[in-house]
Amino acid sequence: MPEPLPISALQHLVFCERQCALIHTEGLWAENRLTAEGTVLHENAHEAGPETHGGVRVARGLDMRSEALNLVGKSDVVEFTPLEAFHGPIAETVRAAASGPGPPLVGWGVLPVEYKRGRSKTSPEWGDCDRVQLCAQALCLEEMLGVEVPEGRLFYGQTRRRTDVPIDGALRDLTRRAVARLHALLASGETPPAVNDARCPNCSLVKLCLPQVAAGRSAAAWIDRRLNTLDREAA
Amino acid sequence: MKEHLNTLFVTTDGTYLAQDGAAVAVRADGLDAAGEPTGRKETKLRVPLHNLDGICCFGRVGASPQLLGAAAEAGVSVSFLSEHGRLRARVVGFTPGNVLLRRAQYRAADDPAATLAIARSAVLGKVSNCRQVLLRAARDAPDAERAERLRDAARRLETNLHGARRAGHDGAEGATDTLRGVEGEAARTYFAAFGDLLAGDPAFTFAGRSRRPPRDAVNALLSFLYAMLTHDAKSAAESCGLDCQVGFLHRDRPGRPGLALDLIEEFRPLLADRTALTLINRRQVRPGGFTISETGAVTMDEATRKTVLTAWQAKKQETVTHPFLGEKVTAGLLVHLQARLLARHLRGDLDVWPPLLWK
Repeated sequence: MPEPLPISALQHLVFCERQCALIHTEGLWAENRLTAEGTVLHENAHEAGPETHGGVRVARGLDMRSEALNLVGKSDVVEFTPLEAFHGPIAETVRAAASGPGPPLVGWGVLPVEYKRGRSKTSPEWGDCDRVQLCAQALCLEEMLGVEVPEGRLFYGQTRRRTDVPIDGALRDLTRRAVARLHALLASGETPPAVNDARCPNCSLVKLCLPQVAAGRSAAAWIDRRLNTLDREAA
Repeated sequence: MKEHLNTLFVTTDGTYLAQDGAAVAVRADGLDAAGEPTGRKETKLRVPLHNLDGICCFGRVGASPQLLGAAAEAGVSVSFLSEHGRLRARVVGFTPGNVLLRRAQYRAADDPAATLAIARSAVLGKVSNCRQVLLRAARDAPDAERAERLRDAARRLETNLHGARRAGHDGAEGATDTLRGVEGEAARTYFAAFGDLLAGDPAFTFAGRSRRPPRDAVNALLSFLYAMLTHDAKSAAESCGLDCQVGFLHRDRPGRPGLALDLIEEFRPLLADRTALTLINRRQVRPGGFTISETGAVTMDEATRKTVLTAWQAKKQETVTHPFLGEKVTAGLLVHLQARLLARHLRGDLDVWPPLLWK
């Protein structure tokens, strides 16, 4: 059995495969303002102990694991809500889910909440990274607690908004495919080429990744041009 | 990557470094009104750790374990060097590094074609930059004769450059040795012309490179600056996960930092030689600041060493544009970027390692 991989790597993978390999294969890491703010946000989310308000039990920093996906991670927040608190169309789903095989949780709905520094990402290519990370947490919780987790939430620090994320079939498929790709990528030990696009300026690894260099530039051609220029100038 | 921050140089014997919260406290012997030591240590300086890149201690300098731990945690390396600038020990925090990168480095070092390509870049960078130093001096030369001597040496370096570019293109065996020969020849030509770069203070003459020990003041200065450069190159190599001992142009020899020596080739003329020349030609260092031992070895006194380190630190803070990346950085960051580019080449991102070809 290969090493279990961190759920956070999944988020890196969906955002940028090269970033994922730089961090998790090459062991590189760099902080910038955005990552530092993210760390503070997560520390705050984890720091407060478990609490109960309005009948909802809020657990922070729970260790999570999925044998099936071979993933490990830590949740920001998991809310355990008595079933009677659910109303509307979701109530039926949650009730059905909670009547699964996990005896300790009968009567409770399980809701993972992931805290993010920025805002909801809308880009079609990498906008799914937060939802995939949340879904992986849901899959871990389902396996560990023997319940179904039909829904999760993303809390965005910049907009101070919670987004409801249905853990539906499409997201589950997307997440399982990403998990398979993650295991394959990190097992290969390879680092995919850089893409050099709109993601790069905000990425803390930009100075280590050098996307402007790694995206298909020839250094040999540059050396020839440069030496020829220097020769001409000297003549 | 870390921004290039200040290096704290501690050059006074008997100094002790201690942790003071998030700062390093520099403690040295206190002096009374008459200038006599009081026998008590006093805090002379406090520097926040987060403003520092590294701490370099020369000679007999101590540090508390608490400070070493705090520095390691803050990503600040603490180096202990001899008074001549040779590295004795360095305390760094745990860096996981990248075993895949090191394996790629070892494979390349075992592969003649890959070794040749990397060694070629180092030689091209060095010879081209030496040539630029000579050409620039020829433009500013006070007399036509001197200018012609410098241009003549520059022309011979141009021939060496062509030799380095051609080496191995005919598939001949031992191309890296050919390249080493070209590099040696270029170094002899360059140092034969180096005396002409000095502004003419008769106290500072240069009759060829001598080392271990340096036998004149110019060589003492060069050796010290090369040691500073090597120190930075070691840090640069290690901080991006490379093994600083396994070089390409420089063959493996136990205890020799082959890769760091490869990395500094292109920087010697640019950073070290120019700093030495400026210090001498602007009379910032004086002949009296150097002492000659019974064996003819020349060493700097503490005040001169301080002057050199101040100039070195200022040189590293200059803003320059990285020729290949086109990015504005401090000169001190260049060696880190070059190490990073070498790592990217070894990991397959770049077809060859681009040397720093200065104008």
